[in-house]
Amino acid sequence: MKTEPILAPPEAPAPAPELPKKLSRKQLKHARQRRAFLRFWSQFRQNKMGMAGLIILLFFIGMAIFSIFAAKSRLDPTITTDGPRLAGPSLKYPLGTDQQGISVLSLVIEGSRISLFVGLTAALISMFLGTTIGLWAGYKGAFTDGFLMRLTDAFLVLPWLAFAIVMAAVFGQSMWIIIIIIGVTSWAGTARLVRAQVLSVKERNYIERSRALGASDFQVVVRHVMPNLMPIIFANTILTIAIAILSESALAFLGLGDPLAKSWGTIIELAFHAGALSLHAWWWLMAPSMGIVLVVLAFTMIGFAMDEIVNPRIRER
Amino acid sequence: MSVLSVEDLRVTYSTKGGGVPAVRGVNFAIEKGEVLGLAGESGCGKSTIAGAILRLHAGQTKIEGSIMLDGQDVLALSPGKLRAVRWTGASIVFQGALHALNPVQKIGAQIAEAIVVHGMATEKEAMVRAGALLEQVGLPPRRIDDYPHELSGGQKQRVMIAMALACSPSLIIADEPTTALDVMVQAQVLQLLRSLQHDLGLAMLFITHDLSVLVEVSDRLAIMYAGKIVEEGNADRVFHSPQHPYTKALADAFPSIGDQRFRHKPAGLGGDPPDPQHIPSGCPFHPRCARKIDACESVVPELWDAGAERRAACVHVSGAPSLGAVPA
Amino acid sequence: MGTARYLANKLLQLFFTLLFVLTIAFFLFRVWMPGDPVTTFARSSGAKFTEEQLQQIRHDWGLDVPLFPDQYVAFMTDNMTFNFGVSTVVDPGTNVSTMYWHKMGKSFLLILTSTIASIIIGVILGIKSGWKRRSALDNTSMGSSMLLYAMPEFVLGMILLLLFSNAVHLFPSGGYESAVGHHGFDRVVDIGRHMALPWLTLTLAYMGEFYLVMRSSLLDVLGEEFIALSRAKGVREKYVLRHHAVPNALLPTITLVALSFGFILGGVITVELVFSYPGVGKLSVDALFAHDFPMLQATFVISVIAVLVANLIADLSYAYLDPRVRRA
Repeated sequence: MKTEPILAPPEAPAPAPELPKKLSRKQLKHARQRRAFLRFWSQFRQNKMGMAGLIILLFFIGMAIFSIFAAKSRLDPTITTDGPRLAGPSLKYPLGTDQQGISVLSLVIEGSRISLFVGLTAALISMFLGTTIGLWAGYKGAFTDGFLMRLTDAFLVLPWLAFAIVMAAVFGQSMWIIIIIIGVTSWAGTARLVRAQVLSVKERNYIERSRALGASDFQVVVRHVMPNLMPIIFANTILTIAIAILSESALAFLGLGDPLAKSWGTIIELAFHAGALSLHAWWWLMAPSMGIVLVVLAFTMIGFAMDEIVNPRIRER
Repeated sequence: MSVLSVEDLRVTYSTKGGGVPAVRGVNFAIEKGEVLGLAGESGCGKSTIAGAILRLHAGQTKIEGSIMLDGQDVLALSPGKLRAVRWTGASIVFQGALHALNPVQKIGAQIAEAIVVHGMATEKEAMVRAGALLEQVGLPPRRIDDYPHELSGGQKQRVMIAMALACSPSLIIADEPTTALDVMVQAQVLQLLRSLQHDLGLAMLFITHDLSVLVEVSDRLAIMYAGKIVEEGNADRVFHSPQHPYTKALADAFPSIGDQRFRHKPAGLGGDPPDPQHIPSGCPFHPRCARKIDACESVVPELWDAGAERRAACVHVSGAPSLGAVPA
Repeated sequence: MGTARYLANKLLQLFFTLLFVLTIAFFLFRVWMPGDPVTTFARSSGAKFTEEQLQQIRHDWGLDVPLFPDQYVAFMTDNMTFNFGVSTVVDPGTNVSTMYWHKMGKSFLLILTSTIASIIIGVILGIKSGWKRRSALDNTSMGSSMLLYAMPEFVLGMILLLLFSNAVHLFPSGGYESAVGHHGFDRVVDIGRHMALPWLTLTLAYMGEFYLVMRSSLLDVLGEEFIALSRAKGVREKYVLRHHAVPNALLPTITLVALSFGFILGGVITVELVFSYPGVGKLSVDALFAHDFPMLQATFVISVIAVLVANLIADLSYAYLDPRVRRA
């Protein structure tokens, strides 16, 4: 008895479609990254808060860059002008003058470079420390995680200013030492955030597959774990810069700034101790203050905007 | 009089990109003691209907049509009267898995809250009733002092059911009650729902995307696609001899063990459900339909009689006006 | 029982953190510290010391024994018993603990009142804001909170001084009380007037952060299913907010408040400087300018212990509110 085939034999697989052209893996990766960035940018552009922050930030970055070239020119504060001492804002001196007759505007321009540089560099150190520790703890798990988390908690709880003051008293107060101090006291928050992200990504299948294929820890972390974290890390960096600038200003106000590189905080400190308050020389105090406030505000707005775009949960609200 | 009678229900969400019509004219009724199963893919509008019955949507969402619950038009009620009808006229069983229970409140208190809020008993009496309700769903009454995190997924779902029964409603809306559960637990919960519904003579609206679950539980079935009902009728008939191509595809997607047809090729349906803001002209299903004819692009089908206690919105059914359709 | 175990666990963690931090302090103050405290002290006191006297002082201060383990153990026990030695520059020879003890009360008063005020105002505003999103209140509060957050505490202090002390002579420009001694109620008013601006500065400075967190956490919670369920049960809106949303939303806020203590202490130091408020902060600044290491050590250790205690209180509040934590 002839048995009928129950099923028709499976069809021959369709031929693979032609690839447009031969692109190397690297080119594909760059193309994909560029597209992702453009997508992010178009969303960011629509965010009013983020754009406002970006404009303010660009203004101050411009000011900082300008200050590099302004040395030895009319606006250089180290060249004492014979301007009126402690004069209020006028046409010639839009932000008034200080006790030595130097234009406060030139002080502010000079200070922008220092404040931004210290803030950015300190934030980079903090991000680097925090991300490395967070990645290591989250990825390795078990004992490493436990130990690193105890360490992170301890630093999280440390009152940063007391710690910074002591470090400055012990190690000195040059600009670089201040940068390192700020970096060392502010990494814990980032570490916690990165670790949480790593823990959620770690469970995904492609990580397991990669390791089954024999990829080393380092390769897995760099090629698979990190790309997922980049957007959140980036948003966090922006907010860290804001905190770093605030920290530097507090340290400078306490007299711990580098006397040779006058940041905005240092200007305020000098003004305060020269009695600007009782002398009613408000412009001398407020101009650098507004610099700090505007720059921090700019970074905060950009950071919040990025957070909204990168973190889908927030976006829905 | 039907327990629930929905006529020409239209729900439109308002978003930044304009209005999104999630439900585009739905009619159905549920009688006392009857279970109506509502099935469809994600985004077809079925959960929207669940929310609309008790008016749980945000203020900007536009709801039109009429929803008659125990003879009252829910959409016309004042806020005070609406609050009174909620839970006493109809109650909902949500998915329950993650956060349908307040994590910082004991479950007994959460069940009792419904009773006390409607002035049906004092707090003490309500807690006693909560214990009795837990017993009814198969949990020991002493667990009224437990917190949600001390319960398993299946147990939490039972608590949701007990809560839904608290004010003796006429209608229970079950919105994906078993979706997040393991298969074994799913079977237990379904069994519980069926026996409670039967013993208490409740009307039930059972919403899910899992057709195989529905066929066991429902008396009648309604299949939704793109915001409208495309087929409805007796549950067995609809599932075993579907008239609408979409229903057929849904039913086929659940292979039975031993069915030779499915040994090698899983039966799926290509394409995606349409974007509610860009619904195709004519029959919304035509881009994915294997039995599409030219007329399908222009004619908007209605629920025509399809024989044997079914109605389907397809030009091919027996009750449809002749448009060049080819009989199956 | 769970609570007791939780508390014991937290105390243990606190102890180990303290050990760790004190070890860092040991390295800072004994191993890496530049200069010799004994000679610094001798120089600042102005008196002449013989070599034997200096040796005696060195012995008294425990500096003539090896670093490990002798100095290390002594350092740990000393610090945990608040024994910080004597001042070397600011007031040579005076016991540091006594110096700090006298000023502690004033700082404590300022910190406590301003922290409580900023928590209460921040939380209440955050709730109102989150509940009525995009309202005028919400937008204004969001904007001002971001502005306050961007302002260093001392800048805010100076602005308030310029406005309310210089421009309009409402408040004194600094200090704790007038040189003219007041008594009884007059004294309270006098102190109050002096404290008003620093208090306002600290309250405003941190209010923004608590506001932002409370608002965002409330918005998170409002999206949860159990909130929709409460409404479906017929519960009034205000009740849903107060009994379901807020208790859950408070949890992340408490965590953030705990994390902020370190920053609050930092703010106190700069604000006391701006207003010449004679508290521990100003004392620390004096110590900093003078490089008086024993005093700096006291500042460091006291700050750490204060933050740890505050965190413990926060942990306890969290355990009180969240049953999930207690079972651990």
